[in-house]
Amino acid sequence: MSINESSKKAKLTRKITGGKVFDLFNVILMILLMIICIYPMLYVLFASLSDPHLLMQHKGLLYKPLGFTLQGYSLVFQNPSIMKGFLNTVFYVVVGTIISVLLTAMSAYVLAQDDLLLKKPLMLMVTITMFFSGGLIPFFLQVQRLGLRNTRWALIFPTVISAWSLIVLRTAFKKVPKSLIESAKIDGANDFTILFRIVIPVCKATMAVMVLLYAVGQWNSWFNALIFLDDRSKYPLQLILREILISNDMREMMNLPKGSAQFIQADAYKALIKYSTIVISTLPILCIYPFVQKYFVKGNMMGSLKE
Amino acid sequence: MESMEQVSTKPDNKKKKTKWEMLKKDLKKNKCIYLMAIPMIVYFILFHYMPMYGVLISFKDFNPRLGIWKSPWVGLKHFGTFFNSIYFKRTLKNTALLSFYSLLWGFPAAIILALLLNELKNEKFKRRIQTITYLPHFISLVVICGLIVDFTSTDGLINSILSNFGVEPTNWLTKPEWFRTIYIGSGLWQSIGWDSIIFLAALSGIDPSLYEAAKIDGAGRWKQMLHITLPALAPTIIVMFILNIGGLMSVGAQKVILLYNPLTWETSDVISSYVYRKGVQGAEYSFSTAVGLFESLIGFTLLIIANKLSKKITEESLW
Repeated sequence: MSINESSKKAKLTRKITGGKVFDLFNVILMILLMIICIYPMLYVLFASLSDPHLLMQHKGLLYKPLGFTLQGYSLVFQNPSIMKGFLNTVFYVVVGTIISVLLTAMSAYVLAQDDLLLKKPLMLMVTITMFFSGGLIPFFLQVQRLGLRNTRWALIFPTVISAWSLIVLRTAFKKVPKSLIESAKIDGANDFTILFRIVIPVCKATMAVMVLLYAVGQWNSWFNALIFLDDRSKYPLQLILREILISNDMREMMNLPKGSAQFIQADAYKALIKYSTIVISTLPILCIYPFVQKYFVKGNMMGSLKE
Repeated sequence: MESMEQVSTKPDNKKKKTKWEMLKKDLKKNKCIYLMAIPMIVYFILFHYMPMYGVLISFKDFNPRLGIWKSPWVGLKHFGTFFNSIYFKRTLKNTALLSFYSLLWGFPAAIILALLLNELKNEKFKRRIQTITYLPHFISLVVICGLIVDFTSTDGLINSILSNFGVEPTNWLTKPEWFRTIYIGSGLWQSIGWDSIIFLAALSGIDPSLYEAAKIDGAGRWKQMLHITLPALAPTIIVMFILNIGGLMSVGAQKVILLYNPLTWETSDVISSYVYRKGVQGAEYSFSTAVGLFESLIGFTLLIIANKLSKKITEESLW
């Protein structure tokens, strides 16, 4: 009896210490994962603030900026290509998001109706597009046929409503109390008034998610610009970034005064501009991200759940 | 508008009339609502259904001047050309391998991360890790690929670390044998946190009393995980797995286009990047549409097979 009990006790202590070892290991692993996830961005931030010559000679990881300079940022802000791209992106984000959210809300309101004769075919029309698409080339040709090629609208209309967002918003609209809508109808409100005065204000949180989803999507999007735009003056920032980062095409970017010290040491400044542009283009996302993360997570969940 | 006609023309004459009248009544009653539906209908027809109709050009020799309908039919010519080209085997193999390895590494990694997060006792710490691991999901692809290009270049971060161990610096993105590793490794970095969300949600739905009962029965944490957590997670795992199988033969063009170059085509060129090169850059519209259609057909077949299998084995299915 006593032997049995003591062995039980030993087992229990082993379990506890085993658990503690596991906990410790788990915490270390998670911290490591955090570092891996965040370090690349930190490296870029440190590099963008570093003295370009020190940076070129430096080998290995950076733990803090080497020296300190804001030259990279001032070069970026003086650069007409990058600034133009930045302003273009702001235009695409603002105009695109407004139109997208408006149209998505209207469409979601239609699909959220209970007694609409054509509700089913309309719903089917949307759902089918989540499974089937014509593919890249027919889509490309269609945009071209509509005369949108090389216009700013090519970055807005071809992706103006996301079927997934539409379904998520519809689910939210369906939860608005019917009594609210009925009483407004009795007061003689039409559907536009009901949508904008009642349904949207009630679903503020989901609407906010929609705004952020579309805005971040526009901010990060580059592929449609790549295939639809020929005119550099309409390029969004991401496409300019691609030239700087991927194609390493900085001839037009550098814009350094000829014969200056900076011109001679172009290579060093190239790296600096590169890192500063990354920081500037990613900063807006990083700034709003902590506040909106939970909404995105919610959105992700809503979309993945079976109806 | 099209769907309206479909509804009304199906039944016989008598029914048709009443249906028409019902529809008219409905249109009148819900005038405002149908007005709101117009932009949506126009959008989906213009940018989704017209391109679907445009797939027809994969069976024709498309001539922009004649339009889709009047361009001459050529049957399966373009498919034949693709199957007989050296690109067929290469892009098919690369697509299959890239997506297979992504699934092989990424799918279990997300589940393991969710399980490990679930074992953490400090809620605040847990939330902090989540916030940081979701972050890469929101950084633009261009920036991510730009970082990859920068870090893997000859004088980049990776080489400067490796030089301490006596490794000769090389430009890793010009080495075909390294492309898959770079693509999948960075993919893991981008998505491990985000992909774990769905599993974490399923975990939070588990009834805590189950764990209490198990503890009383003397089950340790490992046993609890094996007998409570994993079974509770199984339906989610299966549904996500089916979805992933459906996507097994489609590797998005965007990341590949940003990372590849002719030196690595041997391992990096996938079907979608080939479609982009042939169609958008080379203006071989009919041919590239055929190649794209081939890819979506495989994807759809895989989805159906995976769904059937899972229905048989586990009763879980997408539809």
